[in-house]
Amino acid sequence: MGLFDALSRGLERSRETLNEVFYFGGEVSEEFWEDLEDTLVMDDMGAEIAMKLTDELREIAARKNLKTSRQLRCALAARLEDYFVPSSCDPISQTPSCVLFVGINGAGKTTTVGKIASKAVAAGKRTVIGSADTFRAAAIEQLDIWGERAGVPVVKRTRGADPASVCYDVLDEADRIAADLVLIDTAGRLHTSADLMRELAKVVNVTRKRAERMRAGPMAVHVVLVIDATTGQNGLAQASRFNDSLGLDGVIMTKLDGTAKGGIALAVASKLELPILAVGVGEQVDDLQTFDAGDFSRALVGTGEE
Amino acid sequence: MFNSLSERLNDTFDRLRGKGRLTEADIVSAMRDIRMALLEADVNFKVVRDFVAKTKERCSTSEVMDSLTPAQNVVKIVLDELTELLGSTESKLVLGNRIPNVIMLVGLQGSGKTTAAVKLAYLLKKQGRSPILAAADVYRPAAADQLSALGSEIEVPVFRGDGADPIEIARGSIREAVDTMRDVVIVDTAGRLQIDEQMMQEAVDIKRAVKPDQILMVVDAMTGQDIVNVVSTFAERTDFDGVIISKLDGDARGGGALSIRAVTGKPIKFVSMGEKPDSLEVFYPDRMAKRILGMGDVVGIIEKA
Ligand SMILES: Nc1nc2c(ncn2[C@@H]2O[C@H](COP(=O)(O)OP(=O)(O)OP(=O)(O)O)[C@@H](O)[C@H]2O)c(=O)[nH]1
Ligand SMILES: Nc1nc2c(ncn2[C@@H]2O[C@H](COP(=O)(O)OP(=O)(O)OP(=O)(O)O)[C@@H](O)[C@H]2O)c(=O)[nH]1
Ligand SMILES: [Mg+2]
Ligand SMILES: [Mg+2]
Repeated sequence: MGLFDALSRGLERSRETLNEVFYFGGEVSEEFWEDLEDTLVMDDMGAEIAMKLTDELREIAARKNLKTSRQLRCALAARLEDYFVPSSCDPISQTPSCVLFVGINGAGKTTTVGKIASKAVAAGKRTVIGSADTFRAAAIEQLDIWGERAGVPVVKRTRGADPASVCYDVLDEADRIAADLVLIDTAGRLHTSADLMRELAKVVNVTRKRAERMRAGPMAVHVVLVIDATTGQNGLAQASRFNDSLGLDGVIMTKLDGTAKGGIALAVASKLELPILAVGVGEQVDDLQTFDAGDFSRALVGTGEE
Repeated sequence: MFNSLSERLNDTFDRLRGKGRLTEADIVSAMRDIRMALLEADVNFKVVRDFVAKTKERCSTSEVMDSLTPAQNVVKIVLDELTELLGSTESKLVLGNRIPNVIMLVGLQGSGKTTAAVKLAYLLKKQGRSPILAAADVYRPAAADQLSALGSEIEVPVFRGDGADPIEIARGSIREAVDTMRDVVIVDTAGRLQIDEQMMQEAVDIKRAVKPDQILMVVDAMTGQDIVNVVSTFAERTDFDGVIISKLDGDARGGGALSIRAVTGKPIKFVSMGEKPDSLEVFYPDRMAKRILGMGDVVGIIEKA
């Protein structure tokens, strides 16, 4: 199943409302534009972007003389697609690479690490996982199970240990086995917690320093933000604070198998110029899809099945 | 990141100063500010629409129009209306007379159910009760280990049963409570999407098996517009009794709370302010209303100091 189909399942409801918006006979009325703006707000893009997008589409419609529902829908999808930035590198498939997964509590970091590990193994990459969440109860046990599923070693210390030390250990291990891909799970934390954000910055720094001295030459270190698709406008504050503290390389959005539209991804991608690297569409090992801005935009707007 | 509503209204009205009495158009532009503030706080847009219509009426009276400090007047009205919508009085946990009492937690994946179960156990223990926790999430890797670890930290037993059948585990936990003289059972369940028919049915089956005195839904404070779809289905299927809003220790405005109340009529009972067992607090509508408007949780901060 491709991204479009996977997203379309969860996005069905959103399309229903958009279908209502886009169903009109004759002239495009003022009401149409108001409904469109509301629908975009409902997708969690934020009122500001919703207004901007609506104005842009209005302008495009006038300039290109678009009148039918189908024309407007395609124009909207194309415009949405432009809001996403293409990723200049893919830290998961362009190996050797070390990726740290960060984000707020419960976003889906540990699960995503597990899914990516399995995918990497299937692609023939020598992979190792590090458990730098030494805070949360049973975080290590949880990651162990994912490691087993992927058939990948999990480097860990006991709960309460220094997370930066775990990163050091996992890169030692990666060095020893000449790993292609290192995936590091970190503890969930709110972006508003200054102490925990400082701790994370240290974790990233230690990892960067150690990765420079790999036997096979410096290994690139990437920091990826995991964000839950149900997140509302706070997602923007999350992303910008994590980005300020750590310098993010991209975003992975989880839980798109629900009814949330994930419009916050669009806000984050466009405001912070961050690429969306993958999306989570379930709790199982295979439920990870690569992100395609075109598919995502079309699924949101519901073009392609008229 | 955001301007508070009062700042915004002040700006709007400042621009209009010197005109004397506010006009109808000024009120319209104030309503636009209110709409934006609520949407930025993630209040559901349908709730916003109704709210703004209602508030507009109250703001169009001469009391506001002729006032020397119209911005304050408008904010006061909005605050009153919001507080009212959130449920006017605080609403605590209601336990029945039956022993053991049963509390069941439900919600989406990662919302904070397992930690909330432990927080409730901690709270009840402090009130002289003897709770037991039931690990009825058999899907999430190491879910029972998580509950066991947290349970032992607060010295509350955890019933794991066979670790395979959630309904049997829930049922078994009640027998265990009777056998070990525990008077409250707190059932932790797996995270589930409201559109996952099989998992929603499982929640209904657990409910049937243990007949909880209270079903609490745990909702993440950062949830966006989709909240109404989620809570209305959970309300339909499980008919939960109240809500715990989690992760309010961040800077999320938590407008979803307002939407839950407006859409389902279910009261918000607790707010969770951290990862530690003692971070569960009683919900106060007026503080939440201020927070949604970006006016800070002043009272809460004072009380903490
Ligand atoms: N439906 C769905 N659930 C998901 C998805 N990704 C993760 N989950 C679930 O969300 C919950 C939280 O996932 P975790 O991977 O533990 O999240 P985390 O960010 O590591 O959490 P902390 O370590 O506590 O901060 C679990 O129940 C996962 O099974 C997804 O794409 N779809
Ligand atoms: N900062 C903060 N973190 C919280 C709060 N409540 C829960 N968490 C964290 O959020 C994450 C998820 O909490 P859990 O209790 O595991 O959530 P859950 O609903 O049981 O998750 P699943 O069982 O996977 O569906 C953990 O990292 C918790 O420590 C809170 O009020 N504040
Ligand atoms: Mg984790
Ligand atoms: Mg849980």
